[in-house]
Amino acid sequence: MKIALLSDIHANLQALEACLEHAHAQGAQQLALLGDLVGYGADPAPVLDRLIRLVHEDGALCVRGNHDAAVVTPPAGAETLGEQSAQWTLPRLSAQHRAFLAGLPLTARLGPDALLVHASADGPERWHYITDGNAAERSMAAATRIDPAIRYVFSGHVHEQALYFLTPTAKLMRFNPQPGVPVPVPPHRQWLAIVGSCGQPRDGDTRAMYALFDAGAATITFHRVPYDHMAAAAAVRAGGLPDFFAERLEKGR
Amino acid sequence: MKLLEPGTEIDGFVVHECIHAGGMAHIYRVGYANAARNPGFDLAMKIPRMTAGDGAENIVSFEVELTILPTLTGHHAPRFVAAGDLMRLPYLVMEYVHGDTLQHWLDRHPPEDHDARSFEAIARMGSATAIAAHSIHQQNVCHLDLKPANVLLRPDGSVVLLDFGLSCHAHYPDLLAEEMRKAVGSPTWIAPEQVVGVRGDLRSDIFAIGVMLYEMATGELPFGSPGTQGGLRQRLWMTPAPPRQHRPDLPEWLQEVILRCLEPEAAQRYPSAAHLAFDLANPDQVPITERGRRLRGPGLRTHFKRWIKAAGMHYQPSPLPTRQIEEVPILMVAVPHDDVTDATLYSLREAAARSLGIRPGARLACVAVIKPSASSTSDSARSETTLQRQHLARLKQWAGGLDLSRHSASYHVLEAGDVAQALVRFAEANRVSMMILGAATHGLQLQRFIDTVPIRVARDAPCTVILVKQQLPFGALGM
Repeated sequence: MKIALLSDIHANLQALEACLEHAHAQGAQQLALLGDLVGYGADPAPVLDRLIRLVHEDGALCVRGNHDAAVVTPPAGAETLGEQSAQWTLPRLSAQHRAFLAGLPLTARLGPDALLVHASADGPERWHYITDGNAAERSMAAATRIDPAIRYVFSGHVHEQALYFLTPTAKLMRFNPQPGVPVPVPPHRQWLAIVGSCGQPRDGDTRAMYALFDAGAATITFHRVPYDHMAAAAAVRAGGLPDFFAERLEKGR
Repeated sequence: MKLLEPGTEIDGFVVHECIHAGGMAHIYRVGYANAARNPGFDLAMKIPRMTAGDGAENIVSFEVELTILPTLTGHHAPRFVAAGDLMRLPYLVMEYVHGDTLQHWLDRHPPEDHDARSFEAIARMGSATAIAAHSIHQQNVCHLDLKPANVLLRPDGSVVLLDFGLSCHAHYPDLLAEEMRKAVGSPTWIAPEQVVGVRGDLRSDIFAIGVMLYEMATGELPFGSPGTQGGLRQRLWMTPAPPRQHRPDLPEWLQEVILRCLEPEAAQRYPSAAHLAFDLANPDQVPITERGRRLRGPGLRTHFKRWIKAAGMHYQPSPLPTRQIEEVPILMVAVPHDDVTDATLYSLREAAARSLGIRPGARLACVAVIKPSASSTSDSARSETTLQRQHLARLKQWAGGLDLSRHSASYHVLEAGDVAQALVRFAEANRVSMMILGAATHGLQLQRFIDTVPIRVARDAPCTVILVKQQLPFGALGM
């Protein structure tokens, strides 16, 4: 069973379609969405239409991200870029879109041994950034408290791809994966994979990110998928969003 | 763990005799119970010793080998066949490679046996080992535990590397990295950077090959077999006694090669195993420095300075092996001699200069192929050596126009009837990364339907081939 793990789509329809197509060609049979479906991007409604169909009709799993929460409970002001983007997004969503986002859980289980969470299993609603081994260790330990059978935690939130693993001396190490290389993740160890951002890469590479988990073979492959990022950026400008969001897509940072 | 009885069946394999009972694992000859599944080569099964009393480390290194071995291709690692579930029934079935380990060879030929331990034989085995290491480096794997027991000599002279239990694959999480800042490896052969926890520098393998060459040539271990962490740290600054101190007849070129492998700083060693293999295969082209000539080790002053420097040596991430190799290519230029215009020679030189210019670590091999019939045994002016000398001089003259201050260069005159084949074979044997030759040289002009030399080389060479066309202005001037 191959499961495509997409996170931080951020209302980027072009990136979403490219990743879905790529995952389909790779033989993905299931889809898991790790939150931040909206925010920053120009196409929240079409993206949500597509994702709601995938969840309701194809059994895709989906958890809530901080940007999704910000749209459900709109911020009072528009000081930060994130707040501006939430204010911009809100009137473009239908009641059905809002209800869908409001109903998303903070965590979800993927089979008996995997946990999906947008940021960290250690207080999912506090949106901790996992940027080092210690933060990863806290998330992994929290997942084990939920259920000792959990061997895999799949997350997004930090817009880069990383694989943390528990070594034999119970220390979490960070590994920077090479795109396209299936990495063995045997279930006798514990793993925390950060799948990267589908709709807003920030590492200087404009290509969309996602990961493909092969539960049977116990491998995870981190992918980079080229998409029409200039069209996505043009849509951001045409929509009247801050110019910075468009530049990010154009440069990938 | 108890030895398995011959005849025991495991997952469709019948166990035969035990061929190795080491501290980490038992190795058995095995066969398929169903003979129809026989892959056409002999099989060996490795079973880790995992009883309650054993440490966790051997399980991890077994897991490391289980991850890396199936990814390796080529003739320099045993072929992977099958593996059992690590938690339920851990085993690894691989090709049983016939041959003797270098350890057997060392045991069989005592250091006084200078006939067996001839410099040619040592260079040949060292070169074969370096070629094997280069092959796995090209697959982004560093062996990190090269020692005589893990170097298997095939009857045809090629080398197979064994035991990838401490290896590091740049594309996979390194399960042994947790031991970071603590040496993982065998103390006798371990490189200085491994002592401080660096895993994944291909030049660590070059250091280990240097230790083996030293032992083959002198019968001595350059650093002994330290048993403590403090003893290991000595490696960060120490230069061993020159091999010629142990064996005065040892040629300067071999000492130069060995001591370059054993430089404490990785950046001072050969930048890739292909460069090492090249020097071992072309002894007459090794530039001799003070390193090759010295008869005693560096004085206290040098060692003290290095000791101060080494105190600050710490863990650093390593470059990807394939990237490291790309930065130090072996560049080969086929320099024609018959019927060749100055414009062609000029264009070739320009192409070589451009390629060297963007790769500061590249080495240059200038090659001319002459017909074997061109030399004559009776006529002294046309004798083999005279002709060779003339062609070598031409090659050096051609290369004289290149800035080679930062590159090593060598000159080779090959005698062969089939020029294309000779060029391709040289490229293969020396792990050449890129070949430059004239598009309309070495015989016929470039044509669409005739297999000219450049076309055949471009088709058959194991590397990138740049076909240089003569620059127009010179041709137009009728030069």
